[in-house]
Amino acid sequence: MTFLTGWGRTAPTRATVARPRTVADLAAVLARAPGRGVAVRGLGRSYGDAAQNAGGLVLDCTHLRSWTLDEATGLVTAAGGVSLHDLMTGLLPRGWFVPVSPGTRHVTVGGAIAADVHGKNHHADSSFAAHVRSLTLVTADGRAVTLTPRDPLFWATAGGMGLTGVIAEATFACVPVESSWMRVDVERTGDLDETLAVMTATDDRYRYTVAWIDLLATGRHTGRSVLTRGDHARRADVPAGRDPLAFAPAARLKAPPWAPGGLLNPVTVRAFNEAWYRRAPQARRGLIQGVAPFFHPLDGVQGWNRMYGSRGFVQYQFVVPSGGEATLRRIVARLSSEGVVSFLTVLKRFGPGTPGPLSFPMPGWTLALDIPAGRPGLAALLRLCDRWVADAGGRVYLAKDSRLSAAALAEMYPRLDEWRALREQADPTGVFRSDLARRLDL
Amino acid sequence: MKNALGSVDTVLLLGGRSEIGLAIAGRLAREGARKIILASRPGPSPAPAFGGAEVHHLDFDAADPAGHGAVFDAAVKLAGDLDVVIAAFGVLGDQAAYEEDPQAAAESVGVNLAGHVSAGLHAARLLREQGHGTLVVLSSVAGVRVRRANFVYGAAKAGLDGFAQGLGDALHGSGARVMIVRPGFVRGRMTAGLPAAPMATTPDAVARAVAAGLRADAGVVWVPSKLRPVFAVMRLLPRAIWRRLPR
Ligand SMILES: Cc1cc2nc3c(=O)[nH]c(=O)nc-3n(C[C@H](O)[C@H](O)[C@H](O)COP(=O)(O)OP(=O)(O)OC[C@H]3O[C@@H](n4cnc5c(N)ncnc54)[C@H](O)[C@@H]3O)c2cc1C
Ligand SMILES: NC(=O)c1ccc[n+]([C@@H]2O[C@H](COP(=O)([O-])OP(=O)(O)OC[C@H]3O[C@@H](n4cnc5c(N)ncnc54)[C@H](OP(=O)(O)O)[C@@H]3O)[C@@H](O)[C@H]2O)c1
Repeated sequence: MTFLTGWGRTAPTRATVARPRTVADLAAVLARAPGRGVAVRGLGRSYGDAAQNAGGLVLDCTHLRSWTLDEATGLVTAAGGVSLHDLMTGLLPRGWFVPVSPGTRHVTVGGAIAADVHGKNHHADSSFAAHVRSLTLVTADGRAVTLTPRDPLFWATAGGMGLTGVIAEATFACVPVESSWMRVDVERTGDLDETLAVMTATDDRYRYTVAWIDLLATGRHTGRSVLTRGDHARRADVPAGRDPLAFAPAARLKAPPWAPGGLLNPVTVRAFNEAWYRRAPQARRGLIQGVAPFFHPLDGVQGWNRMYGSRGFVQYQFVVPSGGEATLRRIVARLSSEGVVSFLTVLKRFGPGTPGPLSFPMPGWTLALDIPAGRPGLAALLRLCDRWVADAGGRVYLAKDSRLSAAALAEMYPRLDEWRALREQADPTGVFRSDLARRLDL
Repeated sequence: MKNALGSVDTVLLLGGRSEIGLAIAGRLAREGARKIILASRPGPSPAPAFGGAEVHHLDFDAADPAGHGAVFDAAVKLAGDLDVVIAAFGVLGDQAAYEEDPQAAAESVGVNLAGHVSAGLHAARLLREQGHGTLVVLSSVAGVRVRRANFVYGAAKAGLDGFAQGLGDALHGSGARVMIVRPGFVRGRMTAGLPAAPMATTPDAVARAVAAGLRADAGVVWVPSKLRPVFAVMRLLPRAIWRRLPR
């Protein structure tokens, strides 16, 4: 029996953990599923309670780790527990890159599909599941079924948060790259409107774009940002003397184990935000950067999530459809005026979503921020934001969520019943369960 | 499920007409609880406003331990997992009357202590299986140091407080918890007609403290909180002085 939490370290619950190494192991464990059901877990990078199962069984899939690349087609076939870190380490030296990378590469292929994750290239390339050609799902009865995007169950699984079965393997298309380096442009904007305008006008010139918003700025500076946009560098861009296909992320700093509750407190986070905005150049073009600092700056500090102290923290990420800019402005202004300080507040423009009924992305704007769970009044503040988001036709991201209500979820995901029907077919007795599913009545 | 910010979904209130219990349930409903189950002896049911929450009623007699298992089974059928079980039933009674009627005194202890032992053990088994959930036990400062003026009630509360501490220890590491609530004098139905003691509080104040305790995973909650240092001193008063306290 082990206590598990998500990355935000809130609401721990206890479960028995099984660590299958093969699909046969998986089926055997499922055949003995306990009354409290089975939750599937990858690397535990979802922030809330998606990969925990109080009183039940949790299948830790990180030991399902084999993968292959077909160099002729760029198709990777990987077991559900393979991490994007492992893939990048193996792929980059051969001139390939994963189709989508979230803000950490320490996620599994299974987790990436189950949450239908997005990266800085969503406006150009959509989310992870859009690149998946087929997957093998081990369903509640222990059978392995192969699904393609033509199967409704495929789309109930993409974004389905592990509740349709175990993603044992997936085949997806990778991207050829000339180098393992990124060619990056950085610029600052003076307020939110300018940020939105610049992103709308010129995001299509870059494959990868993201804006970091300074929530400390208020008044006419509200929403001022640092925009970071880039592409895979051409071989010719790589400075002489550097291995064009190297991937060796710097050894990870460890957050000190004594990092006291609240090392990331309003004072230090303020100082960090101030420095981040000031440090960014007014404008800088053609910066050559490694994949790790460009995509995964937070991976540089191992266990940074512990620095929020014992109460943990909440990540709030929502999307509002294009046209919902007023809601975005309203929320940014509200958070800024309430003095909510977030370590990293990230704004991204989404392109087309996938057909998954529970998949998060939709064309529009997504904002993500993290807030210490102990902050007084946080529950009411986020409920208010939920209200505004739902009214604008937007939604909150389940992979980040740890506090949404079942009623708000049903409003935000109008295709919930369609998903429930597919899930019911795949798992009629409800073997797959998680704390998130209980909390949100999924 | 309790969420990251300490809101819960489902609440079972044992002692479904208790003023304090209803105040707690009402507060948890306002903070997002979806299902409230009120378990009480048959009789007119209160119709409190619980916002949008679904409200259910079950029969429950603390003095009938043989029936307790069925109450929990029925509650689970209605609500699924129980995130919070509030054990709020109790009788204060009249000390002078108890001294004249030992049987009535023993029966009150049957509710105030034995009833809680039975209901508490059932709750613990269920919450342990769930791997999460909190049993909120309404103890009282009356049991922290028993007074001449209400020692039958106080003795039962002392026993209950000890039981709840032991049960909390037994559940340690299971994911389930016990939260002991030690209010002082709470103005309300139970204390109607009695002169208020110093630092008297209200059912709403108790509810606020319990909700905050749930957020913080508190093991013990005193209401008001300054009773804790006060009782640290009270416990040390010489018996000769304690005996002469008026109430
Ligand atoms: C620093 C940081 C930055 C992030 N940035 C982004 C971002 O930019 N974009 C984004 O989309 N997300 C982002 N995330 C969230 C993360 O990508 C997702 O939560 C992802 O699902 C985590 O994968 P995991 O392997 O850790 O899965 P877990 O957290 O262990 O599980 C997540 C969900 O996937 C299910 N699951 C896991 N493995 C399987 C499997 N084999 N079969 C079926 N279901 C499975 C689980 O049941 C659960 O519902 C970020 C997270 C962190 C910590
Ligand atoms: N009020 C205070 O000053 C104070 C202070 C400290 C602690 N407490 C404790 O807090 C708890 C709640 O008190 P309260 O102020 O809310 O009092 P209350 O309103 O009188 O509530 C007590 C409830 O217990 C119920 N009850 C009594 N015997 C029962 C039985 N055999 N089976 C089922 N239910 C039974 C009563 O039900 P009926 O409605 O059917 O009578 C009543 O609803 C009690 O445990 C009390 O001891 C109170």
